[in-house]
Amino acid sequence: MQLIQTNEVQETLDQLIGKELYLHLETTNGAYANHNNESVLTVNAYIRNGKVTPLSGKIMGNGPYRVGLKIELGWIYAEGLTHWEIDSEGRLLMAGHDAEGRLAVALQLSSSPFDV
Amino acid sequence: MDDHLLVIFPHPDDEAFGVSGTIAQHTKKGLPVTYICLTLGQMGRNMGNPPFATRESLPLIRQKELKDACDAVGIQDLRQFGLRDKTVEFEDEKFLADQFLAVIEEVKPTRLITFYPGYSVHPDHEATARAVVRAVGSMPEMDRPELLCVAFAKNSEEDLGAPHVVTDISDVFEEKMNCIKAHRSQTQWLVESVDKDPAMLAWVKNERFWRYPL
Repeated sequence: MQLIQTNEVQETLDQLIGKELYLHLETTNGAYANHNNESVLTVNAYIRNGKVTPLSGKIMGNGPYRVGLKIELGWIYAEGLTHWEIDSEGRLLMAGHDAEGRLAVALQLSSSPFDV
Repeated sequence: MDDHLLVIFPHPDDEAFGVSGTIAQHTKKGLPVTYICLTLGQMGRNMGNPPFATRESLPLIRQKELKDACDAVGIQDLRQFGLRDKTVEFEDEKFLADQFLAVIEEVKPTRLITFYPGYSVHPDHEATARAVVRAVGSMPEMDRPELLCVAFAKNSEEDLGAPHVVTDISDVFEEKMNCIKAHRSQTQWLVESVDKDPAMLAWVKNERFWRYPL
């Protein structure tokens, strides 16, 4: 993955508007967050292969970045994104990594289902 | 009858820290080990800085690491159950227990190592442990393997007492470190702390197990 270049991500998002896509959306502070520090709540959530059709989408901020995608009945939103790539299967992968290289948030869009 | 060791864990690398020395001692004697690994740890967080992995490439990397880790400690029979990280507790427990039972009946282990239910922190660990206990508990008493469990919740010793079995694995320390290092996407921090911290080194050199009261 590379550090996010907003213009390149925005161009990629623009190409996905109106298409039926599979979504992976995730945030995590690790399964051991509370084990390592009792004052911290262990919080992890993901949706894998939600079917969505973005009506519009933008990347915002000065880094780390936010991405919001409007869908017919609501929104897809992620904050804290730092890195991105279009992988070998043409999928848009965006993620936010902390200073230790641990993934904290991910927003991914693909025209075919993600592996489960 | 061969003295067969069966190890059941949900994530690649669960075997590395607490059990791989015991595994290496077993295989060095020419005795068979079967390792059931339920998932590929697809939801791991360590991607590196700069990132060497993505959420999508991580399972491919961890698959290779798991094979290398098995080679490091002489595991020849690796069974992967193809479940997804973080979802083990949502699978049907009886179905999982029955799958374990089929392997237990096939390889007839004298010892079975898994996590200790209630004392293994991660929901996948707990679900795996519960299903193993269910499988072993359903067997006639005389046919059951000895069930040894890894516990690392903070209250483990307080509640369970001192570990029932403490194994010094110094004689296979190199093999154990190679197993840990094979899971390099996950274990770089641990390898560094073993080099620097004598307490961590002592922790790696002794493997601790509690017998589960069935």
